Amino acid sequence: MHSQTVVIQNTAGFHIRPAQLFTEKAVQFQSTILIKPEGTATVADGKSILNLMTLGLDKGSVITIEAEGPDEAAAVAELSELVESGFGEE
Amino acid sequence: MTTETIEQRLTGLGVSEGIRIGRAFVYKPLKLDDIKESKTDQPDEELARLEQAKAQCALELGELIERAKLTLGEEKAAILKGQISFLNDPAFYPPMQKLIQNEQWSAETAVRRTVNQVAGLFEAMASEYMRERAADIRDVGGRLMTLLVGHQGARLSDITSEVIIVADDLTPSDTVQLDKQFVLGFVTRIGGKTSHTAILANSLGIAAVLGLGSAIEQIQHGEELIINGSTGECVLYPKESTKEDFAAALAAEQKEQESLNAYRELAAVTKDGFSFEIAANIGTPQEAAGLLEKGAEAIGLYRTEFLFMSASQMPSEETQFEAYRQAAEAMQGRPVVIRTLDIGGDKELPYLQLPEELNPFLGYRAIRLCLDQKQLFITQLRAIIRAGAYGNVKIMFPMISGMDEWRQAKALYEEARQQLISEGANVGEAIEIGIMIEIPSAALMADRLAKEVDFFSIGTNDLVQYTVAVDRMNEKVSYLYDYFHPAVLQLIKSVIDASNKHGKWTGMCGSMAGDPLAAPLLVGLGLHEWSMSPSAIQRIKQTVRKLERSACEQLTERLLDLDTPAEIRSELEAFLKLQQ
Repeated sequence: MHSQTVVIQNTAGFHIRPAQLFTEKAVQFQSTILIKPEGTATVADGKSILNLMTLGLDKGSVITIEAEGPDEAAAVAELSELVESGFGEE
Repeated sequence: MTTETIEQRLTGLGVSEGIRIGRAFVYKPLKLDDIKESKTDQPDEELARLEQAKAQCALELGELIERAKLTLGEEKAAILKGQISFLNDPAFYPPMQKLIQNEQWSAETAVRRTVNQVAGLFEAMASEYMRERAADIRDVGGRLMTLLVGHQGARLSDITSEVIIVADDLTPSDTVQLDKQFVLGFVTRIGGKTSHTAILANSLGIAAVLGLGSAIEQIQHGEELIINGSTGECVLYPKESTKEDFAAALAAEQKEQESLNAYRELAAVTKDGFSFEIAANIGTPQEAAGLLEKGAEAIGLYRTEFLFMSASQMPSEETQFEAYRQAAEAMQGRPVVIRTLDIGGDKELPYLQLPEELNPFLGYRAIRLCLDQKQLFITQLRAIIRAGAYGNVKIMFPMISGMDEWRQAKALYEEARQQLISEGANVGEAIEIGIMIEIPSAALMADRLAKEVDFFSIGTNDLVQYTVAVDRMNEKVSYLYDYFHPAVLQLIKSVIDASNKHGKWTGMCGSMAGDPLAAPLLVGLGLHEWSMSPSAIQRIKQTVRKLERSACEQLTERLLDLDTPAEIRSELEAFLKLQQ
C-alpha cells in the first residue's frame, strides 16, 4: 500500500473538470485508489467522478491518496502531482 | 375524446415572440418515481436487461452529442458528455448491479433507488453548481429508465409536423432532439424569463409561454391550442370566434413583420441623406447566423459572458476562438465588436469562485477582474485576435472607469498579440480597440480617452444606473431609471462630441439604441453606430428613414434645455407623430 497526503490547489476546488482529469488518470492504473479527506471518516473511490465531486473539497482541503496494487507507487506519485499542480488550471 | 369542450383561457409568462396556433404535443418523459418497486426471482435476467439498457443509453447519448455539436455548440455537447461519464462511474452503475444481485430488486427498482440516492447527495451540497449537477444525474437516470421500461410515450425526435410542445420543463438534452422547423412554440409548467427554454426560444424565434403551473394538465395531446408568447395567454378548445380573432391578430402581426422586412435591405439613412450604422447585440455565435438577413450591418456587441456561464469549466482558448470565429465569418466582413468578459459576483461562475460582495455592481467584475486575472484575460484576447484573421473583428473593454485601466488593458492586448506573432500564429491586421462608456467617470473624461481609444460604445443600461444612482430592478425606485434623464443626455452628447473632435466614432449598445422614441435625439446628437436586439432593427430603420437630420438637430437643442425626462419624452412623441 502506498499513500501520500496532498493539498487541493485550485481556486474553485474539486469541481467537475479536476474530477474528470483525476479519474481519467486514476482508471489507467490497476491498483484500487482511495481518497481520504483529512479529519473525516469518509473514503471515496478515486475512479468515481461522482464520489469525488460529492466530497465537497475546496481549495486548501487536505486529502490522502491511497493506492493498493501492482502499480501503486506510480499511481500515488502521478495523482499527487496532478493535484499539486492544480490540474493545470490558472 | 370529449365531444363537448368549453373554451379555457390560461395565463403563464410570455417570454418570446407572439401568436401561434397549432396542435399540442404533450411531452411527458418517464419519471423515476412513477415506477413501482418490485423484487425479482431472476436476478441474472434483470442484470442482462440493465446491461442492455445501459449500452443503448450510451449509444443514444453518443448520437445526441454529435447532433448537439452541430445545432447547439460545444458547450451543450459537454453537458451530455458529462452524462456519459456518469453512466460509466463506479458510483452509478455497479451499485445498481449490487442491488439486483444481492437484494433481488428488479432492474427498474435498482435504477430508481441508485439515481435518487446519488442525485440526493448532490442536492444536499452547499454549492449551487453542485446542486445543478443533480439535474444531469436525474436526466441520464431517466433516460436509462425509459430504455429499460420500453416507455413508448411521445418522443421529441418523433415530431414530423408543426406542433406546440407542452411539457413540465425542457432540459438541454430534450431540446437538442428537436427539429426546429417543426416547433411553433413551447408551453411549460415551470420556468422563467432567464430559463434555458426562454433563452433558446428567443434565439430561435419560437413562441414560448412558461410557468403555466398545474393548469397545464388540462392540455391534451393533439388538441388545438392558441398561445401568445408576448402576453402569456393560452387558449384551449378555442371557439370559432376566438380562432377568428387570433387568426386576424396573427395576420396583422405577420403583415407588420412583412412590411418591416422591407427595411432589411435598406439603410438607416435620413431624408436629407445622412446614414447611421445599424448593428445587432448578440450573446452566442449561433445568433450571428441570421443577422444579415434581418438587416444588421454589423454586430455592435458580442457579449462573451454566455460562453463562460454555460460551461462547467473555464472555456479554453480553442473553444473561445471557435465561437468568435463563427461570429466573425457569419458577418462576412462586416464589423464584429467583441466585448471582453463582463461578469461579476451577481452571476455565479463556480470555477472562478468570485467573492461574495455587498455591492457587486460596484465591485470586482468585468475589466477589474480581467486585469487581476491576467491569464484568463490574455487567453480571451488571444482567442479574439486569432478570430480576427477570419473577419472584421474589434475589441471593447467593459466598465472602464479611467485612463489607467484603459492603458493596462490595451497593454495586455499588445502582449497577447506579440505572443501570437512570435508563435507564428495567423493574426491578421491590427484590431480596433475601444471601450464601453457606462461609468460616469469615463464619460466625464471622454475627451482625454478619445485621444487614445479607437471608439466608444455607450452602455446606457449601466450608465443610467450609475449616473442616477438607481437599481433598475428595485421596484421602489425604478421609476427613476430613465435614459431620457437630462444628465444622461448631457453625458451622451459630450461623449459623441469628444469622439468627433478626435476623429473617432461612438456607438451605443444599450436598449436606448433600439427605442424608436430615442431615434430623433440620437440622429440629432450624431451617434454613429446604433446596436440593438435584432428584433428592433427593422423598426429603427423605418423610423430613421422618416427623419431629417437638420430638424432632429434643432429638436435636440431644445430637448437638451428641458428639465425632466417626462418633458423630453412628450416632445419626442409629438415630433415623431409629425414625421411621415
